[in-house]
Amino acid sequence: MSDLWPWLVVFALGLFHGLNPAMGWLFAVALGLQEQKRAAVLRALLPIALGHALSIGIIIGAVLVARISLPHSALKFSAAAILFAFGLYRLFRSRHPNWVGMRVGFGDLTLWSFIMASAHGAGLMLIPLFLKPVDAPLGTAAGAMGSHMHSMSGFGFGNVSSPSLLSGSVVVHTFGYLLATGAVAMLVYEKLGVGLLRHAWFNIDLFWMLSLMIAGLFILFL
Amino acid sequence: MPLLKPDPTFYPSPRLAMRGPPEKYAFVAALNPPGSRFNDALLVVDVDPDSRTYGRQVGEVKMPEFGDELHHFGWNACSSALCPYAPHPHVERRYLVVPGLRSSRIHIIDIKPNARKPKIVKVIEPEEVFARANYSRPHTIHCGPEGIYVSALGAPNGEGPGGIFMLDCETFEILGQWEMSRGPQFLHYDFWWHLGFDTLLSSEWGTPNMIENGLQPDLLLSSKYGHQMHVWDLRRRRHLQALDLGNEQQMVLEMRPAHDPTKAYGFVGVVVSLKDLSASVWLWHRNNGAWDLKKVIEIPAEPADPEKLPPMLKDFKAVPPLVTDINLSLDDKFLYVSCWGTGEFIQYDVSDPFSPKKTGSVRIGGIVNRTPHPKNPNQQLAGGPQMVEVSRDGKRIYFTNSLYAAWDEQFYPDGVGSWMVKLEADPQGGMSFDENFFVENSDYRIHQIRLEGGDSSSDSYCFP
Repeated sequence: MSDLWPWLVVFALGLFHGLNPAMGWLFAVALGLQEQKRAAVLRALLPIALGHALSIGIIIGAVLVARISLPHSALKFSAAAILFAFGLYRLFRSRHPNWVGMRVGFGDLTLWSFIMASAHGAGLMLIPLFLKPVDAPLGTAAGAMGSHMHSMSGFGFGNVSSPSLLSGSVVVHTFGYLLATGAVAMLVYEKLGVGLLRHAWFNIDLFWMLSLMIAGLFILFL
Repeated sequence: MPLLKPDPTFYPSPRLAMRGPPEKYAFVAALNPPGSRFNDALLVVDVDPDSRTYGRQVGEVKMPEFGDELHHFGWNACSSALCPYAPHPHVERRYLVVPGLRSSRIHIIDIKPNARKPKIVKVIEPEEVFARANYSRPHTIHCGPEGIYVSALGAPNGEGPGGIFMLDCETFEILGQWEMSRGPQFLHYDFWWHLGFDTLLSSEWGTPNMIENGLQPDLLLSSKYGHQMHVWDLRRRRHLQALDLGNEQQMVLEMRPAHDPTKAYGFVGVVVSLKDLSASVWLWHRNNGAWDLKKVIEIPAEPADPEKLPPMLKDFKAVPPLVTDINLSLDDKFLYVSCWGTGEFIQYDVSDPFSPKKTGSVRIGGIVNRTPHPKNPNQQLAGGPQMVEVSRDGKRIYFTNSLYAAWDEQFYPDGVGSWMVKLEADPQGGMSFDENFFVENSDYRIHQIRLEGGDSSSDSYCFP
């Protein structure tokens, strides 16, 4: 059972990313309204999810590679520094990615979603889950070190081989993301209307960037 | 400081913007006529009928230098900030970007702490505009997807080409020219866009050297002023298509695209036709992927006693309508047309954009008629309906009476005066003067009006 909860966190972060209007559902709604077709909303979801998956997949992949090639403490400190610095930078320099264009095809939308997810540091938010050292065979020095660390910190994914952890986490996260994006897009398109933006579009950027910084600090105590 | 919720004056769609509260203040560009020793100013006029100071000037901020010729101006941010592809909904609509058309100096004016006491918070000097944008004579301002877009009539030396340059909407730094590839475009005046179609359109007046010493009859009669529109790819910043209205159509000025982003059409006004001095409004529209033009309104010249005409017009024995500004209500239903020459102000129902129907008309001023305002029925008025602004809900229309300092004297040699009026528009069609609203100003000549919180030519929308 304790092996399940990191997957739940990855899924929940997918839902959280999907709820952000800047991350996809609003664009899908706009495309539907522009064409006056529900099909246009649905058609947009796949490339938007694909771009998001690529963005977070690259980050997770990089961390998994670093996990086997870097000493654990170096990995920890550099991950913490990157998260904290990115959150701090975006907090004070709230520039938004430049993109102009409503006439977008599959490739455009994939690229757009990739840029938005990357610029918001969506993948970075997942990093703390992937920092646990890999369990090595018993008897070696690395194995002793690894199991020692393992017993100290129960946070994140443990003994799953890197390729399947990468694909599994990207799929689970993107599934959560797509679920939230699709559900909100359809709800707004069919029922609520875009008027809700005026009152319900909270500046989650602030919260988002602060949570990246907190995650960075948190890593240090793992 | 970013807001926690979107700026309350941002609306996803023009339909929702129409339900916004009525404006309480109007900001008005005020310039000093040639020969004056005063600096230009931005005036604040109380337009709240429940206020004690209704219909009076209640604020003023003077420009720091002499000779700006304030003309058109706009906001740092507007409803396009809600566009889904690059949203920045938590910036504030707070600053007016106010350029001097003659000086090329740009003023950033904060109206937030107290709308009656606007404050200049930044001045961009002309040298900086020249150096960083290689343009001069900044004019129309639009807030859009990549920041603030500024129209410029020409190059620093007063020749062409004119074009568009960008300002950052938070730091107000000049980011450079907008165009990546301008094709055959040379003359420039107004621009606006169809956000739903990634298309920008621009119109043509003349280079600074062609206009700053007055309207030049020889250039006019040889069709040297602008007679084209240009279509651009908004995303790739490239020229796509030139649309020619014909050599005889001189000065293609204000452009009003449909506010609904799913509609691919708009209206542009032409000042004068060399054929018969008529003025016209043209419809641009998308036709099988390309853009096309069609004349949908023609307003004939009115025969006149040469005695009553300025020297330039005596031989023609007629007064030209001179359509110098137009405005479209947010529901894309009513088009308002200023005839600065004849003093007529016309309302058209453009529900069917291909066949506008005249639904209302009032007269005030005019080269020949000099029609008084109902508040002072004995006071003959010079100047005519010119810069027009329509409230978000479409119920109130404001306009002022002067055109451009160097040209006012040619058409109104005995002085153009300076006044601002308000009309009430009937949602079913028709309009009439608010008899209690007549703002006169003896110090300044007043020009463009912007309404608090946005109006019918300040915002663009990504949702229908």
